[in-house]
Amino acid sequence: MTTEAETLARTVLSVENLSAWYAESKVLHGISFDVREGELLTLIGRNGAGKTTTLRSIMGIVKKRTGSITFNGDQLIGRRIYEIARKGIGYCPEERAIFSSLSVKENLTLPPVLQSGGMGDEELLEAFPNLRSRASSQGTKLSGGEQQMLAIARILRTGSRFLLLDEPSEGLAPVVVKEIGELILRLKARGFTIILVEQNLRFAKRVADRHVVVENGKVVDILSAAQLDSDMERVQSYLGV
Amino acid sequence: MFDAISPQLIFGQLLIGLINGSFYAMLSMGLAIIFGLMHVVNFAHGAQYMLGAFVTWVLLNYLGIPYWPSLVLAPVIVAVLGMVMERTILRPLQNLDHLYGLLATYAVALIVEGLIRQQYGSSGLPYSSPIPGGVNLGFMFLPYYRLWVVLFSIVTCIGSWLLIEHTKLGAYLRAANEKPDIVETFGINVPRMVTLTYGFGVGLAALSGVLAAPIYQVSPSMGSSIMIVIFAVVVIGGMGSIIGAVATGYMLGLVEALTKIVYPEAANVVIFLFMILALLVRPNGLFSGAEKTR
Repeated sequence: MTTEAETLARTVLSVENLSAWYAESKVLHGISFDVREGELLTLIGRNGAGKTTTLRSIMGIVKKRTGSITFNGDQLIGRRIYEIARKGIGYCPEERAIFSSLSVKENLTLPPVLQSGGMGDEELLEAFPNLRSRASSQGTKLSGGEQQMLAIARILRTGSRFLLLDEPSEGLAPVVVKEIGELILRLKARGFTIILVEQNLRFAKRVADRHVVVENGKVVDILSAAQLDSDMERVQSYLGV
Repeated sequence: MFDAISPQLIFGQLLIGLINGSFYAMLSMGLAIIFGLMHVVNFAHGAQYMLGAFVTWVLLNYLGIPYWPSLVLAPVIVAVLGMVMERTILRPLQNLDHLYGLLATYAVALIVEGLIRQQYGSSGLPYSSPIPGGVNLGFMFLPYYRLWVVLFSIVTCIGSWLLIEHTKLGAYLRAANEKPDIVETFGINVPRMVTLTYGFGVGLAALSGVLAAPIYQVSPSMGSSIMIVIFAVVVIGGMGSIIGAVATGYMLGLVEALTKIVYPEAANVVIFLFMILALLVRPNGLFSGAEKTR
């Protein structure tokens, strides 16, 4: 059931019948969902279900893909990664991808400002005070939580208002997961539209408006936050927990 | 044996070592930059060095353009040819095994060398020094042009190192060496960066060729003869390490020269002996990771 506000919100991203391949291996089998402006949507599912591949296909990292991905009306299939990024999509990968040859500050300031409205360097360091004190350290010398903060912080610099976050809570201590959750909620409150890939259901439940359940490269269900709360049994059957 | 070694011989060989080291450093730096970003072992590097010298000779003899404008023109011309090669030959191979890139560049080297030999013959062509004369230091005669080559190459190596290690452009390059797809997700046109980087590496090779033209004979085989040493330099320094390539280039130039004093017969093999020892002690190269831990 959708609320009136959800119905009125503009669709920013529309994925239709998306299939994707790694070499000859077909990983996604016709995925469809859409994302509305200001919404926080999670992709949930078992390991290997195709959640990360969905994000990588949207971003153009997975090159062999068919179907349709439209962002603000523009078709993304056939576009190069940098062209997709310049449309205002920020991507934070699962492995965080901190550059070992760069310092924390260089990692943070590496992405160029693509659109107005991005956070300035000083604003980012104020929002992530740990990074200020470690600015000259090698990027990969940070703790897992700090690396995750850095990975999210640097894409906020670009001015992208649409974020793809791949398992930001993975492998982190509960207290850090809580901090990341608060950060994501703050971003949502500032009007960012977010797709979050997450296996941590408790974490996903806390932050998301809707949940897209992915299984074997297909969307098998789409649940509102309220439905997730009321029908946990159904969700757990999808996740096999 | 050592009693017979005169200061003139030692300083003369040190100068030769520094000059050879300058060429080793500039060539291996270009090779390391290209390998770092593209993971292509650019076997055409020697041919591109030779083209730099030949373009300089052609500019003078056909168009009357002297050395100093050629110092800029020839590397730019060869770099543009390199960028065309990257777009037409290397890019279609980028998703295949790196061996294909190696073979393709080797093929280009053979074709370029063959065409130049066909046109200009095998014997070297002379190119007179743009800075004639020299200074007598008492213990040796130092030609001005050789001093210029050593100083210019040191400035070029330091400049290139500063560009890569201490500028935003260099940060993009270092990041793209590690994770090109992620750098592209920041909206950076990595394919264009690859083309420009290849052009820069090729331009460095051609610049070395311009510097070499008045010292060595401008000949089709000048590139292939130096390339084996350059590969040894890059391997010893650490594949893709800029600072490793430069430091090892100068070091091996001096080692080679000093060996000529002590045991001339070993001068041609000492570099490869050094390479074997370096690989046994540090298989990833003497300077691998040096840039990462700064």
